[in-house]
Amino acid sequence: MLTAKDVTAGYSAPVITDVSLTVAPGQTVGLAGPSGSGKSTLARVLALLHKPFAGTVEIDGETVTGFRFQARQRTKIGVLFQQPRLSVDPRFTLRRAIAEPLKDQDRVGELADLVMLTDDLLGRRPHEVSDGQLQRACLARALALDPRYLICDEMTTMLDASTTAALVGVIRAYQERTGAGVLAISHDATLLNRWADETVRL
Amino acid sequence: MVNLEIDRVSVRFALKGATVQAVNDVSLRIRPGECVALVGESGCGKTVLASALLGFLPGNAETSGSARLGDVDLLAATDHELATTVRGRKIGLIPQSPASHLTPVRTARSQLEETAKVLGGDAGKAAERAGLLPEHLDRYPHELSGGMAQRVANALALVGNPPLLIADEPTTGLDRDLVDGLLDEFRRLVDDGHAVLLITHDLAAAHRVADRIAVMYAGRIVEVGPAHEVLDRAKHPYARGLANALPERDFLPIPGQPPLLTDLPAGCAFAPRCEQATAICEDRPVLTDDPHAVACHRPC
Repeated sequence: MLTAKDVTAGYSAPVITDVSLTVAPGQTVGLAGPSGSGKSTLARVLALLHKPFAGTVEIDGETVTGFRFQARQRTKIGVLFQQPRLSVDPRFTLRRAIAEPLKDQDRVGELADLVMLTDDLLGRRPHEVSDGQLQRACLARALALDPRYLICDEMTTMLDASTTAALVGVIRAYQERTGAGVLAISHDATLLNRWADETVRL
Repeated sequence: MVNLEIDRVSVRFALKGATVQAVNDVSLRIRPGECVALVGESGCGKTVLASALLGFLPGNAETSGSARLGDVDLLAATDHELATTVRGRKIGLIPQSPASHLTPVRTARSQLEETAKVLGGDAGKAAERAGLLPEHLDRYPHELSGGMAQRVANALALVGNPPLLIADEPTTGLDRDLVDGLLDEFRRLVDDGHAVLLITHDLAAAHRVADRIAVMYAGRIVEVGPAHEVLDRAKHPYARGLANALPERDFLPIPGQPPLLTDLPAGCAFAPRCEQATAICEDRPVLTDDPHAVACHRPC
């Protein structure tokens, strides 16, 4: 289980107060709420990218002790953001972006197949591909270390209906294979109805 | 009030060793009091077409065809002509992510008043019409919520009272209720006699507000017709696949990927992904000339 317990977090003032949330292995939990309600803040806390003021995060029974760069448990959690263009180094080819978390490039081909990126696209830089193609690369990168949990923060905002369906399909197949849990954040209620097993509102 | 007549417009970008065929032979007419949505996945050429209409293409772009707004050909006009007579006056642009489009070091009021002064509009009235209160205007862009920034962008686009509005992905990143409010605002503008070109990948938004939907694939319009017809009885396999991929429908992707714009097939660009394709699809299909037009040899 990925669990947030009584989490209070924010920047100078708290954005979320005493929020608890659980994602079980294999499960997809939707997180909805208007902009400014703290969806992304909670996502950042659960991804161990932001230290809460109070409360704890547990990954499979183990309490998280470190947040930000050095966090040892970080690799158990994959993250996808809203804007792929802000999430990839513009100097990297897609191949290098996918390989970034890996020690060697052996698995890039397999990961690229998973998200249906061709060899030609792997050789391109972010400005030479569409938002949808770049988000595919971000998904491959997020799955590179076989995370136990995947956090998708408005992952489909920039994507057309077909690419959205394709990426959700890739994530579902990964869950079936590995039993990973998913937190799907979106303001699109129709999408969460179709994608998530249950939806929590902030 | 005048029509926008886009006639056989193509846009190419010359790169080292390759040519990007971003927009191919696009014809489209938008009348006053009409909202046309241009839909398609990112990278299909929608924004390039809008940039061409406003003279915002980079230096390596080559255009052909014409885009007439009244007596001006937008593609042939000089930058000076566009700047002094077209942008803001005849065509208002509502950009994607308005918060980052505004000048960060100036208040909304100062930007709106400057624009009003240059274009000869009334800042107060434009702000009121866009649903902005005076206290909102005294804020800096980072102090505005997404919805408020969107209203400032609307006020800026409308202050010169242009007959044509181009909105480029205006709903991206907004909550559904903000999206609905924005689309209602577009509808009011259309009902007031404005023409609106809505560029979006959001089919639900297009369905809600547009009179007609044009579906673009690999730089070409493959289907155009009344909004409900195109979404509910799509004739082109790509348009049908896109509509069926919606989460409230089949939620299944169209197999395969769009072709590279540097290496487009000679025939139908969708044929490699199309279940219905046959040998005839090696010839390029022509967009039919009827109210619900399709460019396909084997329409659904």
